[in-house]
Amino acid sequence: MILPDMNAVTQFGAVGAVLIIPLVAVFILAALPGYRLTSVLNVFASLLTFVSAISLFFGRPQPAQLLFIDDLNVVFIVLNTLVGLTTSIFSASYIAHELETGRLTPTYLRFYHAMYQAMMFGMNLALLANNIGLLWVAVELATLTTVMMVGIYRTHEALEAAWKYFILGSVGIALALFGTILVYVAAEPVIGEGLDAMTWTVLIQRAVKFDPALLNVAFVFLLLGYGTKVGLAPVHAWLPDAHAEGPTPISAVLSGLLLNVALYAVLRFKMLMTANEAAIAPGPMMVTMGLSSLVFAALMLYRRRDIKRLFAYSSIEHMGIITFAFGMGGPLANFAGLLHMTMHSLTKSAIFFAVGNVAQAKGTQKIADIRGLTESHPVLGWGLLAGVVAIAGLPPLGIFMSEFLVVTSTFARQPLLAIPLVLGLLTALGALVWRITGIAFGTPEGQVAPVKASYVPMFTHLALVLGAGLYLPPAVVTWFQHVAHLLG
Amino acid sequence: MTHPLTYDIAHLLAGGMVLVSFMLLYQDRMHGLLNVFALHAVILALSVSWEGWVQHSPHLFITALIALVVKAITIPLALHRIVRRLDIHRSVETVVGIGPTMLAGMGLVALSTALMLRVTATADALARQDLAFALSVVLLGLLMMVSRRNAISQVVGLMSIENGLILAAAGAKGMPLVVEISIAFSVLVAFIVIGIFLFRIRERFDTVDVQALDRFRGDQR
Repeated sequence: MILPDMNAVTQFGAVGAVLIIPLVAVFILAALPGYRLTSVLNVFASLLTFVSAISLFFGRPQPAQLLFIDDLNVVFIVLNTLVGLTTSIFSASYIAHELETGRLTPTYLRFYHAMYQAMMFGMNLALLANNIGLLWVAVELATLTTVMMVGIYRTHEALEAAWKYFILGSVGIALALFGTILVYVAAEPVIGEGLDAMTWTVLIQRAVKFDPALLNVAFVFLLLGYGTKVGLAPVHAWLPDAHAEGPTPISAVLSGLLLNVALYAVLRFKMLMTANEAAIAPGPMMVTMGLSSLVFAALMLYRRRDIKRLFAYSSIEHMGIITFAFGMGGPLANFAGLLHMTMHSLTKSAIFFAVGNVAQAKGTQKIADIRGLTESHPVLGWGLLAGVVAIAGLPPLGIFMSEFLVVTSTFARQPLLAIPLVLGLLTALGALVWRITGIAFGTPEGQVAPVKASYVPMFTHLALVLGAGLYLPPAVVTWFQHVAHLLG
Repeated sequence: MTHPLTYDIAHLLAGGMVLVSFMLLYQDRMHGLLNVFALHAVILALSVSWEGWVQHSPHLFITALIALVVKAITIPLALHRIVRRLDIHRSVETVVGIGPTMLAGMGLVALSTALMLRVTATADALARQDLAFALSVVLLGLLMMVSRRNAISQVVGLMSIENGLILAAAGAKGMPLVVEISIAFSVLVAFIVIGIFLFRIRERFDTVDVQALDRFRGDQR
């Protein structure tokens, strides 16, 4: 089975490049010494991957048995490689400081860069996979690499976080595999034995005839399994620890990308469920999980004392909103979900870039010890403030627009559901505003070191979010509308 | 094609896995636990090869071989070594008593049988019973993970879950090879990860009791 795989990859051109570049980079980065060179090469590999991803908009190959590209995953892949690129730039300027403070050694740094590319490979493969088995393998690969990254500091907390993430992630992944097997068992009588019965493009065409009872059970396993990786309550417990204890660039990638990849898997299977009319509707389950994540995380925001944990809970909240929107379904809610996902990825990674700088400049992640940031570090302070204003859903930034769309589409269709939704949003807004005023204003206290890492990635993301809030280009709107229609 | 004996042997082997899963639940010594896990993997290998024979799919023999070599021999040996090197001859700490755990396990088996037999009414008879047994093994593995504190027994629980998944995949008629090999492969990778973790945990805490980890909850700093 390896042979057709490679064949498909080479025939695919740009699709192949998106996978091969990170894969080759893993080995090169693992072999080369010297962190300056490897961090530059890391950026270079990410840039090449991003360029190949962009080229997927023009000219697209026919779906092959293992890999394919359609209007849905192209959005995810471009977002994935873009944030992968900006994070690698941030990481290159950030990681030298970790070496100075002795949190990492050169050997670990080499390992870190190789793992970064391995993680990008896993995520890109998951997004491009046309085979539900391959999708699962890729998500598992991405999980394993991120586990290693989370534990890389080897402190008590980092090990605890990595262990928790590893155990919960593996259980989630095991449940997802059981669901995948059940989908195959449902498809096999209709499609016949072999690879076709796991190929997504074939499955979606023939889903009408699948046994609905089996599909129902399969979806419950898949939603719980991949939902663990999305960070939905009640299976979110790994997420705050993993975000807080790993290196900050990894927190940015976890929130901005990995959660999206898992959500993508859920969406694919949701489409399969929708295609079979006799199966139960997947929407209400997703709405329930999304809404409970939103409300739960919004309440938990008030009790955070660690700045990275605060934003990790905010990620749970936003993944809840996105899952809720996709669960509602229909053109408008799907559009809002897609837009919100894009905006959240950009904003949250920008915030983590800022938080990484804050943690290095102040030497702490405790919220209570960070005061008056706008006075001690004006650029950083205002940048973080802008990011939090964006993530809290205040106008005129992009998230305001997508949240507004989610709320209005809910009011139009299920007014009762809109009440907890709006309450959750407002609760989260209150918590974030309360916390950020303490962090950004007041008299500066404690250590005031200069900021070493680059501001460029943070302001690039914030500019994109602001731009999208003010004016969304018609081409993007048409594209998202088209994808929203596909999602049903 | 389906001779009654074919069905009976498959049933016996898959049922044997569920039985060994129960045995895993009541082991109170580290070495005993690892030996029973090796037995679990051996029965998995037998069961998968029988499926390969019945379905005339030679690739299942490879899966069986991987299960035998990696999970029945290599991993238990390595874990025995870790246990000896870390000097954990202590008994396995449990969160809940053995009795209630066994009762809960029985409940889970009843649940999974009732669920899987109902929803797979249209599927092949062999696949049906395999799925029911596989789900039982998966749920028993989960139960083991929540009822044990020790890091190694949690890992063994996780691997028994993976055994259950391979049983399900083998039972699904003609499921492509890609998946099975990758499962075996990722288990191997997962094991390397676990190995590293165990050593790191030892280095830092002088124990593999995960409760020690829980003391370092980040938010209470």
